[in-house]
Amino acid sequence: MPKSMSVVREAIAGDEADDAMAERAAAGQVAAGRKVLPIVEGVVLVAALLAPLVLQDYLTVFATRVIILALFALSFDLVWGYAGIMSFGQALFFGSAGYGVALLARDLDITNIFLVLPAGTLIGLTFALLLGGFLLLGRHPSSVIFVSLGTLTGSYAADRLARGWYYLGGQNGIPSIAPMTVGSYEFSEGPPFYYLVLGILVVVYLLCRFLVRSQFGLALAGLRENEQRIAFFGYKAQHLKAIIFAIGGAVAGLAGSLYAFHEGFVWPNMVGVVVSTQVVLYVLFGGSGTLIGAVIGAIIVEGVSFWLSDNYRDIWPIILGVLLLLVILFRPLGLISFVLGERERVGSFGAKPKEKRNAP
Amino acid sequence: MLLEAAGIKKVFGKLTALDGAALTVGENEFHGLIGPNGSGKSTLMKCIAGAEVPTQGKVSFINTDITAFTPTERARAGMSLKFQITSVLPTLTLYDNILLALQAQSSLLDLVLSRTRRLLHDQVMTMLTQFRLADRAFDAAAALSHGQQQWLEIAMALAGKPKLLLLDEPTGGMSLEERRVTGELLQPIKQHCSLVIVEHDLDFIRDICDRLTVLDQGKVLASGTVSEIQANKAVQEIYLRRA
Repeated sequence: MPKSMSVVREAIAGDEADDAMAERAAAGQVAAGRKVLPIVEGVVLVAALLAPLVLQDYLTVFATRVIILALFALSFDLVWGYAGIMSFGQALFFGSAGYGVALLARDLDITNIFLVLPAGTLIGLTFALLLGGFLLLGRHPSSVIFVSLGTLTGSYAADRLARGWYYLGGQNGIPSIAPMTVGSYEFSEGPPFYYLVLGILVVVYLLCRFLVRSQFGLALAGLRENEQRIAFFGYKAQHLKAIIFAIGGAVAGLAGSLYAFHEGFVWPNMVGVVVSTQVVLYVLFGGSGTLIGAVIGAIIVEGVSFWLSDNYRDIWPIILGVLLLLVILFRPLGLISFVLGERERVGSFGAKPKEKRNAP
Repeated sequence: MLLEAAGIKKVFGKLTALDGAALTVGENEFHGLIGPNGSGKSTLMKCIAGAEVPTQGKVSFINTDITAFTPTERARAGMSLKFQITSVLPTLTLYDNILLALQAQSSLLDLVLSRTRRLLHDQVMTMLTQFRLADRAFDAAAALSHGQQQWLEIAMALAGKPKLLLLDEPTGGMSLEERRVTGELLQPIKQHCSLVIVEHDLDFIRDICDRLTVLDQGKVLASGTVSEIQANKAVQEIYLRRA
């Protein structure tokens, strides 16, 4: 199982020479004691804060969607980038939460933000617990192939179910969802919705950052690198996996409920394989195993698609596909690896050394 | 007895790797497991460690039948092992490798809130010092020499204060000097821990072990003190000369 895991990782991670190159590139900053990650995070945050001021209204709407997808990307990054669980069905949690809140709004007239967002999060969490419990909690560790096919199947089955179920609107999904509300205020598309979503992204990002840098994060790193080894230390490896999978599901659920209200409708694709794959691409493109990489990946993949589809109406999917392939082939650790060295990407978890050490 | 494995049979398809093998280890005993290639040493280690489930037979550890325990349950009962293939976590620092091993039994809440991080700091540094790795504490484990990686892994295996440590070829690929140091590093742990060692280097085994068990074709050929085994005619014929 760890073996098959490493095969998959290597297939995705590919060339080590590239890592070495990135490491050399980043060695300068590390030697000088500078940290690259906080700078990148700061730049992205400032850019995101300023975006609605410079963007036209229709672009702010687009940017809101992208921020929601970045939140969704975080959920996959936690699961794959940090814990090494290949979830090809992350849209199941995203979409089922979307459907869930859409039903709340349609059938029960519940649109209060303090009810619908927790409800969506809970739906994502519950589905992830159910699926994760089934796929990950065997007495013996489950293989990467089993988990990836299991999640893929879950997502595919949910898609088919949604298409066939009249109550869920069938092929058409659920249209014209009422806006999210706080008291009498309605969140419609535009800057307020944008800043709401950005605020949520920042909070979730910080929580995730706290988590992956904690001792729990160290256990996740062990899980990702060699699951069997850490079981022999006495870790309940399967429990750890189920927990992080459930957290990922909750984050995906939160993103899905925001998405449903922002778009105003939900449709079967939202739980299906296409969206599940999309989030994998965001994270691989930006750089798995770094939270900011997932965010950057979502922004750039969506941004480039948007621009390409405007300018190369017919062939843009081909250009996008080639771009994605190039990055995955030549920068297996994602775009973030241009500026971020291996040492800082993995990070260190122990109590900080008292005096600064300089590498010889 | 600390560890008692009896009547262990392990069949892989048509191959019988173990055919009624047994192993008994007392407290604070260093026990060598030797035998020609293919005699079943590693398989017996795996059955004891929980990496393989024996087809037949029983493994008891501190008076508990652990035959069906998972590796996690064995670790929590006080058993630890170092794999034959080094499996330190290469991208993590040495410090984090040890911390990872030390914090294995912290509660989930402690891990999430990093509540044992400060508490374990001194232990991490003590272990690194003990295994002569303290000056590399914040290097990635991948940067270590092969021998140093083996030491790091032994340190990690000892982190949970096990009652029994299983070492599969601890000196594989080491220089003579590194072997000598490994022997020195292992001596002090005898005060609180027993050891089962599978090892091809017979000099190393003789120097460090109290008792030996010799396996041949999946069966125990002989078991006893080092001098008893050295005097054993059958062992000399089947194993020592051939080696």
